[in-house]
Amino acid sequence: MGVIRRGDNFVLKVNPILCDGFGHCHELAPELVQMDEWGYPIIQREPTPLANARALQSARYAVRGCPRQALSIERIAGES
Amino acid sequence: MISASALPRLLHRASGQPLSLAEHDHEFGLVSPQIDLLNELRESGLTGRGGAGFPTATKVELLRDQRGHGKFVVVNAMEGEPASHKDLALLSANPHLVIDGAEMLARMIGANHIAICVSRDNPLVINHVNRALHERSRRSQRGPEIELHTPPWRYVAGEESALIHWLGDKESLPQYRPQRPTILRIGRSAALVDNAETCANVGLIGRYGAEWYRTLGTPASPGSTLVSVTGAVAKAHVIEVALGTPVRSILEVAGADTDPSAILLGGYGGTWLSGENIRLPFATEYLKEVGASVGAGIIMVLPKRACGILETYRITKWMANESARQCGPCAFGLPAMADDLQQLVSGGQGRKHSLDRLIRRAGEIDGRGACKHPDGVVRMVRTALQVFEKDLHNHINGSPCVASRESKFYATVPRFEREEDLVWE
Repeated sequence: MGVIRRGDNFVLKVNPILCDGFGHCHELAPELVQMDEWGYPIIQREPTPLANARALQSARYAVRGCPRQALSIERIAGES
Repeated sequence: MISASALPRLLHRASGQPLSLAEHDHEFGLVSPQIDLLNELRESGLTGRGGAGFPTATKVELLRDQRGHGKFVVVNAMEGEPASHKDLALLSANPHLVIDGAEMLARMIGANHIAICVSRDNPLVINHVNRALHERSRRSQRGPEIELHTPPWRYVAGEESALIHWLGDKESLPQYRPQRPTILRIGRSAALVDNAETCANVGLIGRYGAEWYRTLGTPASPGSTLVSVTGAVAKAHVIEVALGTPVRSILEVAGADTDPSAILLGGYGGTWLSGENIRLPFATEYLKEVGASVGAGIIMVLPKRACGILETYRITKWMANESARQCGPCAFGLPAMADDLQQLVSGGQGRKHSLDRLIRRAGEIDGRGACKHPDGVVRMVRTALQVFEKDLHNHINGSPCVASRESKFYATVPRFEREEDLVWE
């Protein structure tokens, strides 16, 4: 995933068209993904620092674990 | 040349019949090719008339900088909004002005295809456009290739990514676009999607220049716009006004109720405003203060005797049915919101809970679709809950207003189609 610089953030993004509400992302990344009443993910919109290794790792698990491959991690460069 | 300060510009010489090419050249004059189009467009400050109000010159520059030769200009005259009739009025009056504008846009970005999209439910307008294209092809074979396309009529079919999807794959479904700004592509060729009214404005700017264009309107939003007035009005009207005209005078000209309880600006995914806001000028910089915008120039007037909650419910129910059912939050969330609203309207058991649930669901659905369809409905419902607070209170306290028991409706909601009857391709 490249170099992690201080101040860089990431957000987990879902392609809502692909998403079928399997709910694996909520299981794999509970700190980032909530569930609505129909089982579709509500993903935290505030960027998380890349330095937060646990969150990043679970985001990666969620991306790999999605049966529809609807998730992606988007990097947001911080001010440097 | 038509005079700068006189209205109408876009609907110039509008009668029952569209202007023929010869009449069009006589009225508007020929296009002068030496004018620096892009610069004039930037100076004119034209913003898109399809609802988002994005500066057209910025969009043109973005598309001009794309690689490739087979670019497209897509003229969006789909008019998915049931309360809007402006594109049809425009194409039934001056189709050549729209095509002129599209050709100028094609010249600016270097496109060699123009696709004019009119929904197939409008055979009359399709005839007008076909006739205009025929007249042009008899005069000259040069310039970009112009085609008429007729996608099915759906609310979301006029959304730009759905339109591009239709042109590429013949399916009117919105697409997911994670990057902003997005370059929409038909196959591999970049496409510039502009509303028919925007194209007509480009046609005027390309002829007469930016200075001429700015003589009407306000400094921040110059020019004129087409406004569709529906609701409590004797006859649904499309009128052309200078931007910055007070909403009250627009309603007066259209012969609408000038003492409404509320107006719905920007169509069925728009903003409800309470009746006293009709003093505001119709321009985005003034409407922004109350959280609204000019949008696609739609004003729906709701009279004092109508029930706002009931109208909101009817609109939400129809909008929920018009969802493309691609994204879960929209496919399940919008019908759920419509159910909550029905509970409020009918005053059934547990209506206090339905209000709480409605507010919670609105917050959850917001911003979670691939297109802006759910966001628009959420905005409409949220503003309705604010504007019709009194009606809402009565409904919750078990004394619903008279209007909700009578079946007199003001919002024009098309016939409700069953899910399996919806045509997407």
